[in-house]
Amino acid sequence: MTLVLKNVAKRVGIAMHIHPTDLRLEPGSFNILLGTTLAGKTTLMQLMAGLDRPTSGEVWFDNRLVTKVSVQKRNVSMVYQQFINYPNMSVFENIASPLRVARMAEDEIRRRVHTMAELLRLTPMLDRGPAELSGGQQQRTAMARALVKDADLVLLDEPLANLDFKLREELRDELPRLFANRECIVVYATTEPMEALLFGGRTATLFEGAVTQFGPTSELYRQPRDLITAQVFSDPPINTARVHKRDGAFVLDATTRWEATGALKELPDADYTVGIRPHFVTPMQRGQRPVAVDGRVLVTELSGSESIVHFVMGETTWVSQAHGIHPFEVGADARLYADMARAMYFATDGRLLASASDQDAPDPSARA
Amino acid sequence: MNKTENQKAWLFVLPVVALVAFNAVIPLMTVVNYSVQETFGDNTFFWSGVLWFEQVLHSERFHASLGRQLLFTGTILVIEIPLGVAIALTMPRKGVWLSVCLVLMALPLLIPWNVVGAMWNIFALPDIGLMGWTLNKIGFDFNFTRQPGDAWFTLIIMDVWHWTSLVVLLAYAGLSSIPDAYYQAAKIDGAGRWAIFRHIQLPKMKRVLTIALLLRFMDSFMIYTEPFVLTGGGPGNSTTLLSIDLVKIALGQFDLGPAAAMSLIYFLIILLLSWIFYTVMMRNEEQ
Repeated sequence: MTLVLKNVAKRVGIAMHIHPTDLRLEPGSFNILLGTTLAGKTTLMQLMAGLDRPTSGEVWFDNRLVTKVSVQKRNVSMVYQQFINYPNMSVFENIASPLRVARMAEDEIRRRVHTMAELLRLTPMLDRGPAELSGGQQQRTAMARALVKDADLVLLDEPLANLDFKLREELRDELPRLFANRECIVVYATTEPMEALLFGGRTATLFEGAVTQFGPTSELYRQPRDLITAQVFSDPPINTARVHKRDGAFVLDATTRWEATGALKELPDADYTVGIRPHFVTPMQRGQRPVAVDGRVLVTELSGSESIVHFVMGETTWVSQAHGIHPFEVGADARLYADMARAMYFATDGRLLASASDQDAPDPSARA
Repeated sequence: MNKTENQKAWLFVLPVVALVAFNAVIPLMTVVNYSVQETFGDNTFFWSGVLWFEQVLHSERFHASLGRQLLFTGTILVIEIPLGVAIALTMPRKGVWLSVCLVLMALPLLIPWNVVGAMWNIFALPDIGLMGWTLNKIGFDFNFTRQPGDAWFTLIIMDVWHWTSLVVLLAYAGLSSIPDAYYQAAKIDGAGRWAIFRHIQLPKMKRVLTIALLLRFMDSFMIYTEPFVLTGGGPGNSTTLLSIDLVKIALGQFDLGPAAAMSLIYFLIILLLSWIFYTVMMRNEEQ
C-alpha cells in the first residue's frame, strides 16, 4: 500500500494550515514528520488519515483515489499524544475493540490480542482498566489497539511526548521492533530532531505548514536543502551568521576569517549565510579547520556529560555544545573554536550551496 | 527552635466554632431537645423519651407523605437526568450559539424559588393561565387546584423546567472536558454514535452525573417553596410532600415534639439515602 499526496493543501478561513504538499510514502517505511508545535504535523496527519478533507489536492492509496473516503473505510490507525483508551473497558477489551467493530471471530480476536499484549508486555494487565495503569502502560495499550488491526497506515502523533524521560526512552527503543516486518506505512510526528535521527527512516521537515524537504533522515540532516530545513532539524538550534566572501576567504567580522576550500572556491564574492551545528563549536581546537570566534557568555547549561554555552558575538548569538564540563563564567569573554570544515553555506535566500562534504571534494561538478 | 506553649491558637478557631455552633449545632440540638419532651405551650416541659419517634414512625400520615416524597423525587430524577444528558449532547460545542444556549439554560436557575411557584401557578390556572387555558381549549379537563393528577403533572413539569438546566450544565461540563482525540480515535476504530456515547461520553461524564444525581436527590427531597406556592399541598393532601407536612405539624398544629422527631427522621433518611447513593456510585468507579 502506497500513500500519495498530490498537491494537498488545507486552508481554514484565510490561513493556510498546510501549503500544497506532494508526498509519496512507501509500504513498510518509517516516516517522520519533524517540526515545531503548530508547524502542521497533526493537520497533515489528519489529511493523510481522512479525518479531515483537504481544501484542494488528492490523496491516493495505491491506485485508489481516497480524498473523499471517510476514515472508517480507510483502514488506518492512530496513536495520540494523550493516552486515548476507552475508560470503562479492560485493557483486553480496549485492544480488541477495533476487531470487534470488524466483527472478527472470537477465537481470532483472543489470539491476536494475546499476541499483541505479549509484544507490548501488557499480558499481566489485560484484565485491568486504563485508570489503573501507568502512563507508559496506557500508551502501550493505545499502541496495541493501533497495531492489532493490521492497518495500512499507522499514524503516531507525538506518542511519547507525555511520558516521563525513562519511559519515553524505553518505548522509543521498542518502536522499531514493533514495526519490523510490517507492510504498513508508519508516520511518526515529533518535535525532537534527536528522535528523527534515532529512528532513521525517512523524514519530512515541516515549517509553518509547508514540507521543506522529504528524504532519508541522515541525508536531510547532512544535506538540508535550505536553511529552514537545517534549522528545523537541529537541537540546540543551528548557529548562523552572515559572512562575506572576498579574496578567496570568508569574513565574519574584523578578526574572524577563514580560507575557502574545495567547491567553496567556486562561489562568487558575495554575502552568504554560514550555518554550523552547536557540537562543532567547542572550547578546544577540534576538527580539520578550527576557526577562533570570540564572544561574551550569556548562559551556560551543564549536564553530566556535556556543556552547552550560549554566547553573543556582536549581534548574533551562538551556541556551543561540547563533551565534558567546561566551566564558563556568565558575562565573561570567551574564545571558542568553530570547525569550519563542517559548516554549511547558504545563499542569502536560504538555498544550500555547499555542505561539509563539498569542501573536501576537489571537483565542484561532483555535487548534484 | 523551642516551641512556646500558649493558648492563643484557640482564639483563631473561635470564629468558626461560633459560626458552626450557631448555624448548625445549636439549632439541631434544640430540635433534639424538643423531640424527647412534651410541652403544653406554657414553657414547661416533660420528659417523653422516644414516644414521639414511635408515634411518627407508626403514623399513616407520615407514611403517606414519605410515599409521595419518594414518588416525586423518583419521578423527577428519572426525567431530569436523562433529559439533561440528552440536551447537553445536542448543545453546540463552540461559537455564539453555545453562549446563547448556556444563558438560556442558566435562566431558570436564576429565578427565586417562590417566583417559580407563583409563575407556574398562574401559568397553569385553567381560566386565565396560558397552559391551563390552552389545555382546556384543546379538550383536556385540566384543573390543578381540583384534580390530584393535574396537580402532580404541574408539579413535576415545574420541577423539570426549573432544575433540568442544572443537570444540563453539569453534563455539558463533563462532555467538554473530553479531548477531541477521543472522538477521532473512536471514528478511526469505526465506532458508531451509540458506541461513542456508551464507551466514551458516558464513562467520562460519570463523575459529574454522580454529583448531579446527588444534588437533585437531596434538593428534591427537601423541596418546599415551589409546591407550597403552587398547590399548598393540595388538593386535599395529594401533593403534601414531607416538608410541607412537617411545617403543617410544627407551625399549623404547633405540635413541637412530633415535629421535632419527624425533622430528625427526615434528616436521617436524606443522610442515609445520600450515603447509599454515593457509596454505590464510588464503588462502581473503583472497579
